Amino acid sequence: MAIRNDPGATIRAGETLATSGFDLRSLSVPAILLIAFVGLLAACMTGALNLYMQTVLMFMGINIIMSTSLNLINGNMGEFACGHAAFMAVGAYVSSLVTVILFTQSKFGAPLLPPELTLLAFPLALLIGSLAAALVGLLIAIPSFKTRGDYLAIITIAALYIVKSAIENIDAIGGARGFMGMRRVTNAMEQTLDLPWMVIWIFIGTVFTVWIIRRYVSSTYGKGVMAICQDEVAAEIMSVNTNHIKLVTFMLSSGLAGLAGGLFAHVLGYINPGSFTILKSTEALVMVYLGGMGSISGAVMSAMLFTLLLESLRFIIPWIDQLLHLIHVLPAGYEISQVWKWVLIPLLLILLMQFRPEGIMGNRELSDIFPRLRKFYKFK
Amino acid sequence: MLESLIQNVLNALQWGSYYSLIALGYCLVYGVLLLINFAHGDIFMVGAFIGLGVATFFLGNLGPELGLSGPVVLALTIPLTMILTAAVGVTLERIAYRPLRRKGAHRLYVVITALMCGLVLENGNLAILGASRRSFPQLIPTQVYDFGLFSVTNVKIAVILAAILVFIFLQFVVTKTKMGMAMRAISWDKFAIPLMGIPVDSIIVFTFILGSGFAGLAGVLFAMSYPVLEPYMGAMVGWKAFIAAVVGGIGDIRGAFAGGFLLGFVEIMVVAVFPSTMRDLISFTILLVILTWKPTGLFGMAKTTKI
Repeated sequence: MAIRNDPGATIRAGETLATSGFDLRSLSVPAILLIAFVGLLAACMTGALNLYMQTVLMFMGINIIMSTSLNLINGNMGEFACGHAAFMAVGAYVSSLVTVILFTQSKFGAPLLPPELTLLAFPLALLIGSLAAALVGLLIAIPSFKTRGDYLAIITIAALYIVKSAIENIDAIGGARGFMGMRRVTNAMEQTLDLPWMVIWIFIGTVFTVWIIRRYVSSTYGKGVMAICQDEVAAEIMSVNTNHIKLVTFMLSSGLAGLAGGLFAHVLGYINPGSFTILKSTEALVMVYLGGMGSISGAVMSAMLFTLLLESLRFIIPWIDQLLHLIHVLPAGYEISQVWKWVLIPLLLILLMQFRPEGIMGNRELSDIFPRLRKFYKFK
Repeated sequence: MLESLIQNVLNALQWGSYYSLIALGYCLVYGVLLLINFAHGDIFMVGAFIGLGVATFFLGNLGPELGLSGPVVLALTIPLTMILTAAVGVTLERIAYRPLRRKGAHRLYVVITALMCGLVLENGNLAILGASRRSFPQLIPTQVYDFGLFSVTNVKIAVILAAILVFIFLQFVVTKTKMGMAMRAISWDKFAIPLMGIPVDSIIVFTFILGSGFAGLAGVLFAMSYPVLEPYMGAMVGWKAFIAAVVGGIGDIRGAFAGGFLLGFVEIMVVAVFPSTMRDLISFTILLVILTWKPTGLFGMAKTTKI
């Protein structure tokens, strides 16, 4: 792993009012995000984006949150955790419970608050879900003080099974049958103010996730994460409080996964423990290693690519099926179904690994590949 | 009370045998390559299906012509399945893992590739053969030996014996033969060993042959005692067997063997006492406690790291 150049150390072209500490470049990224946000809203409101495209975009956002948060542990800290779906499950269940109990007529009783308050309470519910997921993250963080490498992989898998099994055994939240009622909460939000609220929340959540991870990793305190990745013992000797860093990193990562889970639950309107299996964790892992370990922009890009790939295969597979029937490769009775999706995706990934074993970006950010970009933005 | 306890112990021995057989394969590959071969559980599944294919081929297509009886078919099925499953494992190694190793890719990328290979195997099976559960033909008549206090079937005895024999065989191979010495040497220092004239690649292929072959054996035995086969049967068992191997202390054959039986015992006893839905919850909690108490597993050695 090459130690990344500090962007501040390069000669800054286009330095404007450096003396006053204000730099126009620091406005460029927020401006772009604002334009994107307004454009997205306009496209959703005018119907330029139909509901299906909106859903794909929303899943893209959720996947970005998942991949960047897992990237914090697996890429930046160099551990191998594969139980990310557990935190997603905790966040999904806790935040859905909060919103359903507060705002809908459910088996927990009548709604406690008027539906107009959903807009205020929804981010709070997401926050509570994230905090709960971060607390479950302690399950992994505390054993990780002593164990390393592959033993930690086991602990995370075990934690995943424990969480999933615990959810299945609690009858009050539906057990293995699942839990629903979140759809009415999102409907209440849209009745209060007619905007595509889930798109808005997911956009805010995604931007917040990328921002906070970037801030954390590039902070002085967060350099400890990279130090642990390079050599844990040496980091300990150089006065990095490794236990503390691990605790904070695991809790931050799992809390963000809980945020993704809460958003996921409210997009779908129905969750069951079967949605949070090892396959979900595998998806997150794939996104991280596809993007390149320790690269935030890589994780974002690979999450987008992965979501698009998953969705486009829905249309490509029937097309392949017709083509193969046309040239009489397949027997007439057999058709290629959507099951092949999960054969093709791993195959594509195996091939990608053969040709580019370091992932798309490979531990570099966009600004490392295109250094001239630094002229135009300042993004901490 | 005592009767049900002995019966449960026997069930646990049988259940633990499968875990042990699969954990041994995990352990061999991990010991040599330091690679978590996540596809191993699916190789076990492939082994069960290959066994089904071979058995039905001999019974259905050749049986009437040659007049093969059930036990003869079984005697043909087991070695053939082991050979074919070993071929599947070696194929994976050749097309997926070796090029990455040659390129010197990060270890975790190889692990992800292994995960993907497992997904390809199980979903490919689902896509090609369909989701219908297949049943394994009854090759040998089930005999029940009644000992008064408890009763065992011949399959149960065979499974437990097979696990113990495989363990003894592997222990012999690893500790007493030149091949085993080379394996241990590679896991000790993979940079110096090629310089000593040891063909690393062929040793690794041999490791995969051993591990996958015994996964195939486990598949056939599993199919004989629980004759319902489905594409996802390997995933869960594989994950659990890997956890068992780690609790035993990964990279140590005794550890994998003991860990498999330990997990089998824990699961069967949990089901005997608590409702069966609590199985995963309690057994994994126990394993986590064990790992927190002994971070390197039961037989594992603490490693010192040089800086």
